Amino acid sequence: MSALLSVSELQKSFGAVVVADASSFDVAQGEAVGILGPNGAGKTSLFNLITGSLRPDGGAIRFEGRDITSASAAARCKMGVARSFQIPQPFVGMTVFENALVGATQGAGLPAAEAEAHALDVLHETGLFAKANMRAGSLSLLERKRLELARALAAKPKLLLLDEIAGGLTDAECGALIDTIKRIHAKGTTIIWIEHVVHALMAVVERLIVIDFGRKIAEGEPKAIMESAEVKEIYLGIAADG
Amino acid sequence: MSTRIARSTPGARAAMVIAALGLIVLAAAPWWAGRADMRLLGEIYLYLSLAVLWNLMAGYAGLVSVGQQAYVGFGGYMLFALTMFAGLHPILAILLGGVLAAAISVPIAALIFRLKGAYFAIGTWVMAEVFRLSFAQASSLGGGSGSSLPVDVVRSLADSRSGREALSYWLALGAAVTVMACVYLFLRSRRGLALTAIRDSEVAAAGLGINIWRTKLEVYVVTSAFTAIIGGLIFLQKLRISPDAAFSVNDWTAFVIFIVVIGGIGTLEGPIIGTILFFLLRETLADLGTIYLIVLGLVAIVIMLKAPKGVWGLIRSRFDLELFPLSYRVRTDAPDKGA
Repeated sequence: MSALLSVSELQKSFGAVVVADASSFDVAQGEAVGILGPNGAGKTSLFNLITGSLRPDGGAIRFEGRDITSASAAARCKMGVARSFQIPQPFVGMTVFENALVGATQGAGLPAAEAEAHALDVLHETGLFAKANMRAGSLSLLERKRLELARALAAKPKLLLLDEIAGGLTDAECGALIDTIKRIHAKGTTIIWIEHVVHALMAVVERLIVIDFGRKIAEGEPKAIMESAEVKEIYLGIAADG
Repeated sequence: MSTRIARSTPGARAAMVIAALGLIVLAAAPWWAGRADMRLLGEIYLYLSLAVLWNLMAGYAGLVSVGQQAYVGFGGYMLFALTMFAGLHPILAILLGGVLAAAISVPIAALIFRLKGAYFAIGTWVMAEVFRLSFAQASSLGGGSGSSLPVDVVRSLADSRSGREALSYWLALGAAVTVMACVYLFLRSRRGLALTAIRDSEVAAAGLGINIWRTKLEVYVVTSAFTAIIGGLIFLQKLRISPDAAFSVNDWTAFVIFIVVIGGIGTLEGPIIGTILFFLLRETLADLGTIYLIVLGLVAIVIMLKAPKGVWGLIRSRFDLELFPLSYRVRTDAPDKGA
């Protein structure tokens, strides 16, 4: 398997706050990777760096072998990198369908009829079809999170970045979300998922990366990582020798 | 069960029919309206055009400019300069003024697009002042005191006074219809969908593959060109130009912002409603002098506090109404399924 995304020696700080400190990792084509870390560890900043809404101070990001470190966010989306936002950013004045259509026409660059069909498929996939004609501004928080997923999918990404989309869901809703993400992954989309709901993450991902203070502190098979003393101490706050 | 996408609604179709009938009646105004009424209607059309353009730029592209008087004045001065010194027909001069405004707006955009938010607004105002001071230096155009359109240029439009007034009226009506139609067709296109996305969230729009900078530049250049054409038509009605009148921030920007804000910013219907309200207020209160401006200010404050999305926003939140069919509506035709 070749690396779809390759992040090397990524460096970013805001004044004294370091959000990325020489992080390096690869994500293979077709893989599903989970990212764990305490609040403020630099998880969302890592997504911002990968999608191009933040520029790194140093290091490089390669996608499909191409250096995209200085490419714009829009250009990266057209190459196949799409994300959901942790704090939903819906196009509030547009309908749910139109939100998805933006991803299909702009990100995926589909012609009109295909874009409309694809946007409808995505709404079916994410369970938003019944709300297609509602203005996104009138959606609940959970629906807004699903819309984030729908819009990113509409852009037909090769690499899908999910930022805490399971938070606040009931068990049934969470189960449905896990099924949806498994389906997307099964169709060949590579996924990186930031999530605090560990069981949801464990159900989908094949590999876990744990970061703290912008540094990668552990990486590997999910079960082994969750049981490692270092992760328990830093992420769960349990003393390693306790 | 089949699903299809519809863009038109019965309400919008009715609105289009009413608009078409209204347009025929308005186009016939030279046969039924008096001289003063036609002048007022012409002014309404030109203000409507300015409002629709400013709304596209500020309401959709997020470019809150308080310096569009730069292009109104530029267009006006181009009408005078190109007819007086190049001997062009006034209509040709006005159109060429639009092209020149587009050309000049590109380097200006490169400069002021570096500024964000309030700084951008101030930058546009400073730029408009630079325009005003520059044209005040042009002694061949009358310098600071300005000049009148020469009689032979005015005559080249039409021989009789009533013919000129009718022509100038139709030009204003035609300009308003053209501006509305262009903005409507643009917003309905896929690039209009991208611009609407930018209106609602720039960060999400960029993340979905929309080139924000280029879209804003296109909107700025096209808006500026049209604004200059409207400026040319405004001073074709006035027949006299001076730097203070041409580059007036009050007349060409403050009133326009008032219209868009009370009507409903970021919607196509808002500027129309705003223009009607503005002229209703002006025609009923104009005799009161200063009090008129105080009332305008009060109306603006009350609307901004009570209905931040303007009168149209208020209407739309009550009824799911759309005069211009921009939306995509998903319709499912369920085959006879029992209740």
